[in-house]
Amino acid sequence: MTNFSSHSDNNNDTEKSGNDNGLDEALNKAIANRMRPSKPNGIKTSLTFAWRALLKIKYVPEQLMDATVFPIMFLLMFTYLFGGAIAGSTADYLQFLLPGILVQTIVTITMYTGIELNNDITKGIFDRFRTLPIWRPSVLVGALLVDTVRYSLAAFIMIGLGLVLGFRPDGGLLGVLLAMVLLLIFAFSLSWIWTTLGLIMRTEKSLMGVSMMVMFPLTFISNVFVDPETLPTWLQGFVEVNPISLVVTGVRGSMHGIVTLEEIVWVLLSSAIILGIFAPLTMYLYRNKK
Amino acid sequence: MNNTKKYENNTELAIQATGLVKKFGDNFAVDGVDLEVRKGTVYGFLGPNGAGKTTTIRMLATLLQVDGGYAKIFGHDLVEEADKVRSKISLTGQFASVDEDLSGIENLILIGRLMGYSRRKARERGSELLQAFSLGDVAKTQVKKYSGGMRRRIDIAASIVVTPDILFLDEPTTGLDPRSRNQVWDIIRALVRNGTTVLLTTQYLDEADQLADRIAVIDKGRIIAEGTSGELKASVGSGTLHVRLLDADSRPQAQKLLAEILETPIELLSDPTALSALVSDNERVAKALGELASAGIKVTDFSLGQPSLDQVFLTLTGQSDTEDKTEEANS
Repeated sequence: MTNFSSHSDNNNDTEKSGNDNGLDEALNKAIANRMRPSKPNGIKTSLTFAWRALLKIKYVPEQLMDATVFPIMFLLMFTYLFGGAIAGSTADYLQFLLPGILVQTIVTITMYTGIELNNDITKGIFDRFRTLPIWRPSVLVGALLVDTVRYSLAAFIMIGLGLVLGFRPDGGLLGVLLAMVLLLIFAFSLSWIWTTLGLIMRTEKSLMGVSMMVMFPLTFISNVFVDPETLPTWLQGFVEVNPISLVVTGVRGSMHGIVTLEEIVWVLLSSAIILGIFAPLTMYLYRNKK
Repeated sequence: MNNTKKYENNTELAIQATGLVKKFGDNFAVDGVDLEVRKGTVYGFLGPNGAGKTTTIRMLATLLQVDGGYAKIFGHDLVEEADKVRSKISLTGQFASVDEDLSGIENLILIGRLMGYSRRKARERGSELLQAFSLGDVAKTQVKKYSGGMRRRIDIAASIVVTPDILFLDEPTTGLDPRSRNQVWDIIRALVRNGTTVLLTTQYLDEADQLADRIAVIDKGRIIAEGTSGELKASVGSGTLHVRLLDADSRPQAQKLLAEILETPIELLSDPTALSALVSDNERVAKALGELASAGIKVTDFSLGQPSLDQVFLTLTGQSDTEDKTEEANS
């Protein structure tokens, strides 16, 4: 910083003596450089945006807290809080709870995608990206790619801790991997709901409020924590069509080796429907944002 | 899209717009703007806050949908060939259009990569620009720690990673100290020397005067005057004469005398000893001051300055104000 100010003092001294100093030459040379690289494809620009998201993590590592601390906190909290009451023993409950709470945690941290985007919009950089001659979804796809890495990190931490606490998946490694793939596909699709909201809501606060309002009923009125058969019939109806329940069923089934093809298809289908609605909606809003 | 009204393609023009309209609700933010900007020139939009300058620029930069009218950027239709338009233009908005969390060099690499440079080339180009913009020493500092002037320069640097054919600059020097402002002006001049067309908005008459080949004065979404800075000044008067008298009692006499010689209305200011007038001929000013002295009217001080933006507006909008009033009276 001190270097800089002395530099510009120097610049100021020579200002009146004409335009032929070294700095102006550098300026002219830099501006005269009219090199035009060929237009990059969508994959390249998406990866460049992913690189940007990684750089942001480098500067603010705390933003990984949701993918590291949350999973640990949630798992410990719910296992020991509800284990005794719901299943009679924490060890039994863990077998049932872990896949569910894994879904809940990942689904919750997808919300941060919308917040990032909302932040970009309130600052000017969003305008710059929109005036670049690039494949337009790449700014979102790039960010979502890095988010997928975050989700994987959260999943690894949670499953690792679960194994230490006594979680024993009957489906083995293959089952756990299948569960993770299903979950990541769903999380990627779900993120587009938050990008849509991120473009609509005017402030980060209102975005948080609405996201929570959507998230809470969806994750709690599901089969994450309890067997839906213990619920009143009218509530069971909601639980059955809740996409979170479908994902939990798929993930739980995969981990315990009892998943059916139908259950997998339901996860993929609900992901495709969400993506099919909210990805185009996001892109429409992105193009026409004021 | 109805193309029947498409105008002829003029290859001399960088921007060609007819009847641009933008509505926000019932409010016309831009209300029929016609624009012709020749290649390789600087075009200035002069106007107060809320006049429609930014809205017009945002439409031309493909950021806002056009609600009416047509525009071509280097012969490409703004709406139908938006992607081709984007490859010609670059925008430096009013607010920092770089990522404040990243360092200067990272920002330029980011843009460079998005424009298709390899990682190595993007870094080279970024360093070259940072050096040229006197930002070499803060290349690795996060932009949020930059001063106002440095921030503006990194904004512009990011806009010319690939030197654009047209650069839109939205109030490039608002809030800058005089030195930073001069640096930005130097950059703009260097860009134009190298063939870039610049469209800039400003609230300062002085800035438009310094940089722009042609100026459009915008008010309430309409262009109310257009021309070179010389033409505009001639229509407004080249400057303002302020005179302060020793004795307030002599003001009516001074007013009469000045009005005769300057042949222009003399404004009586709230200070009972002060008068001002828009003047276009400096020799007459000298003569008028001489006449005051020989008439025995004591002048304590006087100054001759450029007309302020306020005065430009008062003069240019005076007419439309009365039109509004007659419309109201008729309805």
